Amino acid sequence: MSAPLIEMRGITKIFGAVKANEAVDLSVAPGEILGLLGENGAGKTTLMNVLFGAYAPDAGEILVEGRPVAIHNSADALAAGIGMVHQHFHLAPRLTVLENLLIGIPGRSGRIDRAGGLARLNEISRQYGLSLDPNLPVSALSVGEQQRLEIVKALFRGAKLLILDEPTAVLAPSEVDGLFAALRSMAAQGLGIIFISHKLNEVRALTHRCVVLRHGKVAGRVDHPAQTTSAAMAELMCGHEIVPPVKEASTPGSAVLTLDGISTSGHTGTPLRDVSLFVRAGEILGIAGVSGNGQRTLADVIFGMLPPKVGTMTIAGKTIAQFSPRELQALGLGRIPEDRMTTGLVTNLPLADSMVLPRIGTEAFSRKGLLNPAAIRAFAEEQIKAYDIRCPGPMVRAGALSGGNLQKALLARELAFDPKVLIVSQPTRGLDIGAARFIHEKFLAMRAKGCGIVVIGEDLEELLMLSDRIAVMYEGRIAGTLSGADATVARLGLMMTGAEGHA
Amino acid sequence: MSAVFEQIFQVGFLAAIVRIATPLAFATLGEMFSERAGVLNLGIEGIMLLSAMAGFTATSLSGSLWLGVLVAVLVGAAMGALHALFTVALGLSQHVCGIGVTLFSSGLAYFLYRLIFGQQSVPPSIDGFKPVPIPLLSGMPVLGPAVFNQFTLVYLAIMAVPLAAFVLYRTPWGLSVRMVGENPRAADSAGVSVIATRFQAVILGGALMGLAGAFLTMAQFNAFTFGVVSGRGWVAIALVVFGRWDPWRSAGAALLFAFVDALQLRMQASGLGHIPYEAFLMLPFIFTIVAMAFMSRNAVAPSALLKPFRREER
Ligand SMILES: Nc1ncnc2c1ncn2[C@@H]1O[C@H](COP(=O)(O)OP(=O)(O)OP(=O)(O)O)[C@@H](O)[C@H]1O
Ligand SMILES: [Mg+2]
Repeated sequence: MSAPLIEMRGITKIFGAVKANEAVDLSVAPGEILGLLGENGAGKTTLMNVLFGAYAPDAGEILVEGRPVAIHNSADALAAGIGMVHQHFHLAPRLTVLENLLIGIPGRSGRIDRAGGLARLNEISRQYGLSLDPNLPVSALSVGEQQRLEIVKALFRGAKLLILDEPTAVLAPSEVDGLFAALRSMAAQGLGIIFISHKLNEVRALTHRCVVLRHGKVAGRVDHPAQTTSAAMAELMCGHEIVPPVKEASTPGSAVLTLDGISTSGHTGTPLRDVSLFVRAGEILGIAGVSGNGQRTLADVIFGMLPPKVGTMTIAGKTIAQFSPRELQALGLGRIPEDRMTTGLVTNLPLADSMVLPRIGTEAFSRKGLLNPAAIRAFAEEQIKAYDIRCPGPMVRAGALSGGNLQKALLARELAFDPKVLIVSQPTRGLDIGAARFIHEKFLAMRAKGCGIVVIGEDLEELLMLSDRIAVMYEGRIAGTLSGADATVARLGLMMTGAEGHA
Repeated sequence: MSAVFEQIFQVGFLAAIVRIATPLAFATLGEMFSERAGVLNLGIEGIMLLSAMAGFTATSLSGSLWLGVLVAVLVGAAMGALHALFTVALGLSQHVCGIGVTLFSSGLAYFLYRLIFGQQSVPPSIDGFKPVPIPLLSGMPVLGPAVFNQFTLVYLAIMAVPLAAFVLYRTPWGLSVRMVGENPRAADSAGVSVIATRFQAVILGGALMGLAGAFLTMAQFNAFTFGVVSGRGWVAIALVVFGRWDPWRSAGAALLFAFVDALQLRMQASGLGHIPYEAFLMLPFIFTIVAMAFMSRNAVAPSALLKPFRREER
């Protein structure tokens, strides 16, 4: 193999008390796709931010094509040929595609070089099969297109190494194939790629070599990912074996949540059209569908954030007259929203406050109209222990937690009050295998206790594993419902594209 | 009633609108650059006052009008730099620092003015800018005397609007300004220095506010009084919102405000004497509030306005 394109030696990065990276060595050759694996909080993003110049390392050096380089900021990284697609996109939604591409690029005779930019965009589009409309505002792009823009942005600046931080977490299965084709074509043309993902089957399909991080250190390397089992990789990541949860047979009780003929008016998102469904006690109902087919609206309606135009909703036999989150929570409804950062927790408040937010005014956490900080803290501490939430303590800013730990905190908050109905969206998006298993086990345990759970998701394998029945949403309607035994990935996939309807 | 209207709508009226709009246009463009980069500058009122004082003093001591303008611009830029130091480099609250800058600049302006000119019964004045007719164009009916027989600073303001639009929308620097105001992280990861870009935008904004101040004491009133700015800075902040952070719209907003202001001045002077003049004085402000209420409902501020940027924070 040729000399490494890029080499990191002995990288250490410390945040306060946390050693996010410790003496990490890593290298990528031209044309190589390197997988970077590790549990949530293992330090993958931090390591890549060091490489990209966003964080200054406390020790270690970076070599590009054999020469040591000092990377103090992103400009240095870009000059050294390193480009990065972040976990959360770095785009300005109100500017156009072309403007987002041309930011930081010197102009021609004092002006923005639009013509030159367009020509370069066309060239890159053709070379790697990544097409984009240059004049659309970024806010009009789908998530997949925004990601494509981020990739093009890096290539535009002449990146020889492309870092992708969990690129597939935000994509629908069909979009993943397109991304992989583009990445393979880039590697074939001599680019180096670092690919971060928690989905081991993707890693095995795409990468040539893997580095596994655990607690900031290199825990192992995998030379032939395609020949290595997911189980073996998972064990390297977590340090112990991961056993799939067992789903015991259960006989569902009576319906705890019923939607009858619900339609909404379409001001925000995809409106619902005549949606009827039910979930019984001790049952998990999966909702499959390509994102944007009304799943978010459904979750908003069930949670009382969006009153329907027509139709009725019943929780535990009681017909809902007033749609408000507070009312519905009082009836025993719990929710884990899709967007943990905005509707889930308050990222600027201490974790403890966020964890009691829905019940902040209740007896348990306030006395005579005043908050009871001791009780709030005690509750948070208890949950942190019970759910193994890794954080410096209950008073830490919620936004500082890693994705997996945020999700555990939300789960802890909702499950602590024994909901009768639980509605969750994308429950394990961005979570490592260990954390995902943990959450699956909790769902199955709640199911055994007689809770009715609605799981909205795009990961079909996860839905098939958890659900007793699966309903497919298409363009705001329920396209059909299958029992867990009848459902297969192929069949669900067909229904998701509107090809097959089923009662 | 028709006599009143005749008195109101004459050539002089148009000229008055243009003259009232000029300092507002400078100030509004200045505030707009600052806010487009994500920095609210509530120091504007004080910066205008201090610049007005500094320009006036420089001219009155040196006898050179353009030296006065230069001093006013430099003082404005320096106060912009001070605001940027607090809010951009140190990441402190933009509200608090802006009010601080206004209080500090106003205090300094009063203090220095007293120190230099002492207590005088009649405030000293200078020989200010004179209208410069533009050949041919000033001969046009109506528009000629109103627009093309004005102070050089007015022409500068008229040119500043397309220039600002060009800089903001067509140059790489302008794109950087818009980007750091929308998503500083995106600018940073594209290799653009967020800190430097914000500093530059706030300093440019300060310089434009300085021009606004200079116009007041060196063209409009030819003297410095403590009430010379009288809320024009605050109005500019509203006009930026009204103009949706766009140079053309902001200038349009300044013209509209100037129209209402000129109108109320005429109404004061005309035969409506039985109404207390304070009622007329309120008109432009009432107009601003009402217009803001209607027009700004779907105005979207730059996403990163008020948000300091620290790289290693998530
Ligand atoms: N800016 C920061 N300030 C303080 N601590 C941080 C910061 N960024 C990361 N950390 C901490 O460093 C550790 C590594 O975090 P990092 O985001 O690199 O993990 P990761 O492997 O990318 O996890 P995930 O799979 O959840 O994305 C975590 O303990 C995290 O809390
Ligand atoms: Mg990460």
